[in-house]
Amino acid sequence: MPFKKPVQKFNAAINAVELGVGEKKIVLGGQNVMPFYTFDNAIENPPRIGVEISDLGFEDQVPGIRDFYAGCKTVADMAKKAAELEDVDFVCIRLDSADPNGENAPVADCVETARAVSEAIDKPLVIIGCDNDEKDAQLFEKVADALQGKNALYLSAKEENYKSIAAAVGLAYGQKVGAESSVDLNLAKQLNVLISQIGVDAKNIVMNIGTAASGYGFEYVISTLDRVNSAALSQNDAMLQMPIITPVSSETWAVKESTATEEDMPQWGSAETRGISMEVTTAVAVLASGSSAVILRHPTSIKTVAKLIKELI
Amino acid sequence: MALKGLDIFKLTPKTNCKECGNPTCMAFAMKVAQGSIEVTKCPHLSEEVLAKLAESTAPPMKTLTLKSGDTEYKLGGETVLFRHEKTFVSKTLYAFTLSDTMDDAEVKAVMDESLKVDYERIGERMYAELIFVKYTGNADRFVELARKAAEAGRGVILSCSDPATASKAVAEIADAKPVLDGANASNYEEMSKIATENGLLLGVTGENLDELYDTVEKLEALGNKNLVLNVGCNSIKTAFEAAVQIRRAAILNKDRVFGYPSLVDVAAMAPGDEAMQTALASLFTVKYGSIIVLEKMTYAESLALHGLRQNIFTDPQKPMKVEPGIYPLNKADENAPCCITVDFALTYFVVSGELERSGVPVNLLISDAGGYSVLTAWAAGKLSASSIAKFITDYDIENKIKNRNLILPGKVAVLKGELQEKLPGWNVVVGPNEAVALVKFMREFANK
Ligand code: B12
Ligand code: SF4
Repeated sequence: MPFKKPVQKFNAAINAVELGVGEKKIVLGGQNVMPFYTFDNAIENPPRIGVEISDLGFEDQVPGIRDFYAGCKTVADMAKKAAELEDVDFVCIRLDSADPNGENAPVADCVETARAVSEAIDKPLVIIGCDNDEKDAQLFEKVADALQGKNALYLSAKEENYKSIAAAVGLAYGQKVGAESSVDLNLAKQLNVLISQIGVDAKNIVMNIGTAASGYGFEYVISTLDRVNSAALSQNDAMLQMPIITPVSSETWAVKESTATEEDMPQWGSAETRGISMEVTTAVAVLASGSSAVILRHPTSIKTVAKLIKELI
Repeated sequence: MALKGLDIFKLTPKTNCKECGNPTCMAFAMKVAQGSIEVTKCPHLSEEVLAKLAESTAPPMKTLTLKSGDTEYKLGGETVLFRHEKTFVSKTLYAFTLSDTMDDAEVKAVMDESLKVDYERIGERMYAELIFVKYTGNADRFVELARKAAEAGRGVILSCSDPATASKAVAEIADAKPVLDGANASNYEEMSKIATENGLLLGVTGENLDELYDTVEKLEALGNKNLVLNVGCNSIKTAFEAAVQIRRAAILNKDRVFGYPSLVDVAAMAPGDEAMQTALASLFTVKYGSIIVLEKMTYAESLALHGLRQNIFTDPQKPMKVEPGIYPLNKADENAPCCITVDFALTYFVVSGELERSGVPVNLLISDAGGYSVLTAWAAGKLSASSIAKFITDYDIENKIKNRNLILPGKVAVLKGELQEKLPGWNVVVGPNEAVALVKFMREFANK
């Protein structure tokens, strides 16, 4: 008997969401098959890779990242450098300085940073806040105003602050809203419903369903991705068809596997190699489970994940 | 194809004699269909019927046993495509490679580096379970390396499609029960003979999925059902397709010809590129690789991949909890300070590991937090100033421990004020965010 190939082609698809403007704009999502299952149907928009920079720089930076940005004087310089990497599809700026429990930089300063970064690059921009719900709400409103016409993505609107963020980013200034929930299908769906009810078109929403580093409760992340993806495709659930973006690097560069020094763990070898390994492993696993974009830091991780995506698509 | 309850009922004597422990033959049949009772529990079924039922109620994918030194591992036996549907059962095994092209220095370097990786993570031994010995034309060297691999006390995979050489190597290390990987459309008869005579698992490959399918059918016709399917390495794309299609055919289509575990040689897909091999190993750990072959196993690869594997293969139906209570570490007594955390097994293992590494005597207090991580428990209201205060009372901590320093996880620093009010007489201290920083923190704390 010849082999009968199983095929899973769905009548539903992940939304195709455009980011950025001009020649370098990209599309997230659009696929109607399981991640990388090109043998079921062609995947038009490959998963995308963003590079993460912070307006504070990163502490304890490994040589590979530090050297890469050597000579950069401003965050905008860093963004420009990052955007020049061939494998990078978008740049992601974290406005960490805004954190009221940290530097508490005024909103106006952060708006300036975001504007400078946006002017320095020709690739799409993703803005990450400082993880303080109130401050992020104030911040995104002003940044979205300043970046009108740039079609940037804002991470994130959460249950606690989606009202003001979705209204400003999604409605008033017509950009893309990132909906962040915590590793649970129902929570992800509920937030999409709430943001849609405000009037934001589903085509302007991207999800961050929550993440962790490989080894750290990561099975919940994988299963949530699997379940969301399967509800979107096999049950045609319109409130779960937003493409997913996963900030990987902020998790993977914080755990012991990446931060323990060589003096501390002599048998473990180079901390930089371990960090890359954690970043690559986590990124590939979320892409294989349905994320349409990942956010990374290390040039080697970016090159490696990009190469794998090219081989598979 | 799997039989339904009604089909099975038709094969029973329909006498309702109850000897199987069920009130009726129908009830028995329903349970067999669900897989909750063995067909052999009914003593009145003919050999013929038993054989028929065994075949149709067998799981979609075979469970095979593989030897690695003194340990035995299960391969295959999966019943779902996604872990949330039930659970994955047989964890991916990792191998590193010795090739007959390598000189002694190269062999030693790879062996030293890879064998050194051997540690425990959350109660599980983490190491490369297998050594993949690769034949490319130098038969003597291949046999020699096979012996070296077997002596290392790990499982061995002999990668060789030349029956004469394979047979020599097998004879040399038959006791180690290596996997013989190398059967294909042209040599399968001879290879199968070697494997069967020595009781070995046989690795099969094909130029494409159709050829592989055809060869597996022929091997099964010879009576060999101890097979591992090598997904090939013509390209990353075809290997991924093969891994997915084999698993999907077995589980979705109940196509038993592909109901076997798989082998993925990622070393051959990205020679010399460690980061790319890590990427591929991650991909195939998530998507259906039973055995993954790397060039070597470094700590960098292991920490990330074994952590991933441990997560993916935990059973979602079983919460990973530890018992609340006092855990004295580094010979702590009543005069040692306290660190408090949650009863999530992962958190407990990570934190206790770091505290042990600090060498500082400390009483680790595990509070009842529903088995959640620190922030999850905090967000769910299961780790709060009240829950900690209640734990201190319920477990009679104030009488059992004299030291009045209580160190909080940095991630719940917000609890400090309220907790300090609830626990007069205690000195509530905010610890670091990540457990890894506890080593330095505890040593400095002890010196104060
Ligand atoms: C997996 C996960 C879950 C799993 C549960 C897994 C479990 N058993 O805990 C599930 C999916 C069930 C879940 C549920 C929820 N979750 Co949750 N979850 C996660 C996730 C992805 C990983 C958690 C994990 O396993 N971490 C690994 C362990 C080892 O970390 P840890 O316990 O914190 O320990 C570390 C440190 O704290 C430190 N440490 C630990 N103890 C001690 C002690 C001392 C003394 C010191 C110094 C240090 C220290 O060492 C460890 C290693 O460094 C995180 C996001 C993330 N990336 O962290 C979100 C997260 C924790 N969850 C969150 C939320 C909101 C929830 C829910 C409330 C969502 C909801 N509304 O339903 C629920 C709560 C539960 C409920 N009501 O059912 C939020 C919390 C937000 C916040 N900042 O407070 C997070 C941060 C996600 C997010 N970004 O929004 N979650
Ligand atoms: S033992 Fe067999 S015959 Fe008797 S009730 Fe059970 S199934 Fe029927």
